Amino acid sequence: MIPVCHLTDLPAGESVRIDTAPPIAVFNADGEIYAIDDTCTHQDASLADGWLEGCLVECPLHAASFDLRTGMPTCLPARRAVRTHPVTVEDGMIYVHHAAEEGTAA
Amino acid sequence: MRTVTVVGASLAGLYAARALRSQGFEGRLVIVGDERHRPYDRPPLSKDFLKGETGQDHLALADAEEIAELDAEWVLGTRATGLADEGRSVLLAGGRSLDTDGVVIATGATPRRLPGPELSGVHTLRTLDDAQALRADLAGGPVRVVVIGGGFIGAEVASSCAALGHDVTIVEAAPLPLLPQLGEEMAEICATLHGDHGVTLTTGTGVATLHGGPAGRVTGVELADGRLLPADTVVVGIGVRPNTDWLADSGLALADGVVTDAGCVTALPHVVAVGDVARVDGSRTEHWTSATEQAAVAAHNLLAGATLKAHRPVPYFWSDQYGVRIQFAGRRLPTDTVRILEGSPDDRTFLAAYERAGRTTAVLALNRPRPFMKQRRELMRATQPVAS
Repeated sequence: MIPVCHLTDLPAGESVRIDTAPPIAVFNADGEIYAIDDTCTHQDASLADGWLEGCLVECPLHAASFDLRTGMPTCLPARRAVRTHPVTVEDGMIYVHHAAEEGTAA
Repeated sequence: MRTVTVVGASLAGLYAARALRSQGFEGRLVIVGDERHRPYDRPPLSKDFLKGETGQDHLALADAEEIAELDAEWVLGTRATGLADEGRSVLLAGGRSLDTDGVVIATGATPRRLPGPELSGVHTLRTLDDAQALRADLAGGPVRVVVIGGGFIGAEVASSCAALGHDVTIVEAAPLPLLPQLGEEMAEICATLHGDHGVTLTTGTGVATLHGGPAGRVTGVELADGRLLPADTVVVGIGVRPNTDWLADSGLALADGVVTDAGCVTALPHVVAVGDVARVDGSRTEHWTSATEQAAVAAHNLLAGATLKAHRPVPYFWSDQYGVRIQFAGRRLPTDTVRILEGSPDDRTFLAAYERAGRTTAVLALNRPRPFMKQRRELMRATQPVAS
């Protein structure tokens, strides 16, 4: 379980990258908190720097788009999913539960 | 339309093939490529691939599952030599020809070379084979590398070579690299990246000739001002020439590229052109993103038999040099003024806007991907009403 930040420090529409190995991006999508692997499966770019729209994040480099709920790419050029990680909020603190190394990514 | 032949099996060709299928084309799809490789991504070739941080398997643009879904006939390692019968027949090296109803021209471009005899140790970088040859040449330990041309390819190769521990000099004929793309103020800032990382940048002087040793291997680069730079390896990055030679007898208009309308359609409604080889609505771009965007537009118009959609992009490109991500979007004019919106050039991380008459025309970022994306989005939104 990895502490991320206080819920109040991650307002809606914002994201934060945590330096795990590999790094994880945590998003506040209109009040729902999601965590996915930070590195785009297409090419080296940080999804925490991406464009958040609803439950989708668009990669800042090539406009690949991923669904935060499932990690699935919704359009090209990405073809492989990013792993999703469970998130909990306890006493106003966001925690990410690092998915096992053999995770949801195909 | 029963058969469509895509000539060119790189980014633009693959995206056109994908677009044809996703837009409902169920006929015979033939993809011709002069390289023996299936489509792969070129941008990493000058960066992580050259540094040995990415292998060939990570470059593939389509996996086995998608290749199967595309249901195309691949004619790889075969060069197209002509387009005959008003675009109804694609001629191939070896004498074969392919009858077709529609053609997507996606033959890309070839790096310009320096005149003079061929010397070993002199490279250009466009293809996977080029990158492998350069990588092999650099594998024997630190050497003196001279990069001719300080554009994106040159700068990225210099950055990768410096990271590998080589002694690197860039020779740029213009007063500054990237001057036409970025303007003086910003080009000057980007040029400082080379010095920051121990790479020598020589500007304002072109190359007179290359010197070779008895074994036919390059030994040095002689500049127009008489200086001689010793070199073990030379990389030439002085631009490209669109691959239109095979179309000389096609009847299509050629002018530094295949001339098309804003919908990527040539004078023949069943022949479209995309990517680096295409001069779309008067301009030819060599950007990754343009190639993918044009492919969707071209496929639409090809299947419709007329120009129903136009490609009116906000040009976008990026470059990774010395761990700095440079991103640019928009159309700037030389008279535009530049304003730093956040960050600082001294720290090599900032966001800048090019402005004209109170409007933002383009944005440039160094290591500011998030705010850059916001600005790029706004530029795209601002140009939206123009697109039909």
